[in-house]
Amino acid sequence: MLDADDLAIFPVDQWIADAVQWVALHLRPLFLAIKWPVENLLSFNDYILHEIPFPIFVVLVFLTAYRLASIGIAVFSAISLVVIAAIGVWTEAMTTLSLITTAIVFCTAIGVPTGIWCARNDKVWSVVRPVLDIMQTTPTFVYLVPVVMLFGVGTVPGEVAVVTAAAPPLIRFTNLGIRMVEQEMVEAGLAFGADKRQLLWEIQLPLAIPTILGGLNQTVLTAMVMSVVVAMIGAEGLGLVVLQGLGRLDVGRAAVGGIAIVLLAMMLDRITQQLAQPTDRKRRSVLRYLFNLFKGERSQEAIATSAANRTH
Amino acid sequence: MTERLRVENLYKIFAPSPTRAMTLLATGADKARVLAETDAVVGLNNVSLSVPSGAIYMVMGLSGSGKSTLARCINRLNEPTAGKILLDDIDIVPLREDALRELRRTRISMVFQHFALLPNKSVIENAEFGLKLRGVSAARRRRRAEEVLAIVGLAKWAYHRPHELSGGMRQRVGLARALATDADVLIMDEAFSALDPLIRTEMQDELLRLQHTLKKTILFITHDFQEALKLGTRIAIMSEGELVREGTPQSIVLEPGSDYVAAFTREVDRSRLFDARSVMRTGSTVSGDGSARIVGDAEHPEAMSFAIDASNRIVGCLDAAALQQVKAGKPVGDLLTRDFVAVSGATKLVDVAGLYQSGKAMAVIDEDGRFLGMLEPEHILGRIASAARSPAPASMGGHNA
Repeated sequence: MLDADDLAIFPVDQWIADAVQWVALHLRPLFLAIKWPVENLLSFNDYILHEIPFPIFVVLVFLTAYRLASIGIAVFSAISLVVIAAIGVWTEAMTTLSLITTAIVFCTAIGVPTGIWCARNDKVWSVVRPVLDIMQTTPTFVYLVPVVMLFGVGTVPGEVAVVTAAAPPLIRFTNLGIRMVEQEMVEAGLAFGADKRQLLWEIQLPLAIPTILGGLNQTVLTAMVMSVVVAMIGAEGLGLVVLQGLGRLDVGRAAVGGIAIVLLAMMLDRITQQLAQPTDRKRRSVLRYLFNLFKGERSQEAIATSAANRTH
Repeated sequence: MTERLRVENLYKIFAPSPTRAMTLLATGADKARVLAETDAVVGLNNVSLSVPSGAIYMVMGLSGSGKSTLARCINRLNEPTAGKILLDDIDIVPLREDALRELRRTRISMVFQHFALLPNKSVIENAEFGLKLRGVSAARRRRRAEEVLAIVGLAKWAYHRPHELSGGMRQRVGLARALATDADVLIMDEAFSALDPLIRTEMQDELLRLQHTLKKTILFITHDFQEALKLGTRIAIMSEGELVREGTPQSIVLEPGSDYVAAFTREVDRSRLFDARSVMRTGSTVSGDGSARIVGDAEHPEAMSFAIDASNRIVGCLDAAALQQVKAGKPVGDLLTRDFVAVSGATKLVDVAGLYQSGKAMAVIDEDGRFLGMLEPEHILGRIASAARSPAPASMGGHNA
């Protein structure tokens, strides 16, 4: 009887290992070149986030969340940060946050132009699309193997893995956003004599922004997940707290890491999700809000809108 | 009127390679047969037309008739398969990309069915959009945008976003954007079709009012025959990618020429389409003396006749009996009555009917009060009743008079 194991004649594992080894050996300058900006930006962000005094950071996040999202999300964010500090993982949380903010910068720098290119060229998209499919269906920790082979272990290779895992949604959403721009809008641009560059900057990108920001939200969440997973290859941060808790069978330590991760993830998700919502009224400032609260009046926009309704 | 735009033997085939479809069309095949044999969709099949400068030229047809394809070929949003499009005698079909862009920035602008305003920009930024693409400085284009917004009556709304405006106001912004570039040819692709009926009527009146001063050459696409009649200097009716009838609104209603066109004209309210001038009888001088000549209808001696002075103004009218006395030698002045109604030549029949008073004669006069002709109730009724049986109008194409 034929045994399944007898059929195992293709040493694919060996081939891939050989290939990765060859690449690691011969393309070393390339990987050093990739590593350099990642390393620098990451250490910069890490430094900044750790240097900012805790109370000031909480206030900054509160104001940012208020401006971008709503008062509720701002309050939630501030409380989350206080809780993270109270359970004693503030430093680790800032390390994770620096991994994520660095990933946002690189993913945007790579993802948006790639997405634009895909949207304008069907051939490029037909090549990129299956690659994105593979990247997004591959379990995230599978990225760790080639990353370790090519970049080594530690926080910086971890960051490379985070960027690799988090870029696909942004590419996908940018492509989608531009392709979804109404045909009549594109034609309006063409009919008034827009060239390709004007069409992109005046019509396609502005109208695709909500979709692109939706992609950014996905990217941030993927980066969050990946920043935890890369603890397995020696990256620091909240992932390391969980990993240490697991290693020592210290349930309390693992749970503390888990709680901080959940709070940070929810905070980032809520803030970036609001970005993608096209809001008509942008909040002016906290002072303005308080002023309006005291006055108990409708905002100027509301008055303008009701005036518009009256004239109809 | 001079010609601004001429389309010659224009074809548009939607297919990767239109050669076979073109060969079939050349043998006289129609749209359905080409589709069956080659999978190619015929958008335009040998369309030729001429648009006079300053006209509102209506292209009317049902969906799928090729009317929008025609409009979009004019600024080459659709590439024509064959044929010529002459703008001031220069063929724009072979223009290369940069020349085409220049043409779109300066000569031809467009108004869209669903407005196609940029939601992220304010009304005034939308209005200056074409100028921005052309590279006009911020201050100059802002000034021009303010001007055109004032023209369409939206000056107050300049710094609002499009979504704060009603449909009609949004299309005014679309119109302002098209006017801002100073293009002399305007393509309006179903520009009012997405509006509520009342707003649509309002916008039609507005367009006519604006056109009075702007004198653009407008190619207006519509599926609404009433709209075509109301706005059109000339109307081209399309079906299956072909031009089936072309002419002034009045001539099309009087002589549809085919059952397809007749289906549209049957419902037309002729009393609102034709004016007094188109049904009046000019009459002839039947008598007179030194002070005035008497103009009457020689074939209908029982009708009223009018006494006209040397400067062509009506002095008074005479009934049949009085006319006999004048002919017998009595002085005209003694017999005249003021028992008549004068209407302007441009008055629509529906309004003429409202002015009619039993037993009173009706005279048609021009803007300066000069006598043009006479009206009898049966002339009006004859024209309103049926176009097919009524005689040819007094002046074809005299719609603009």
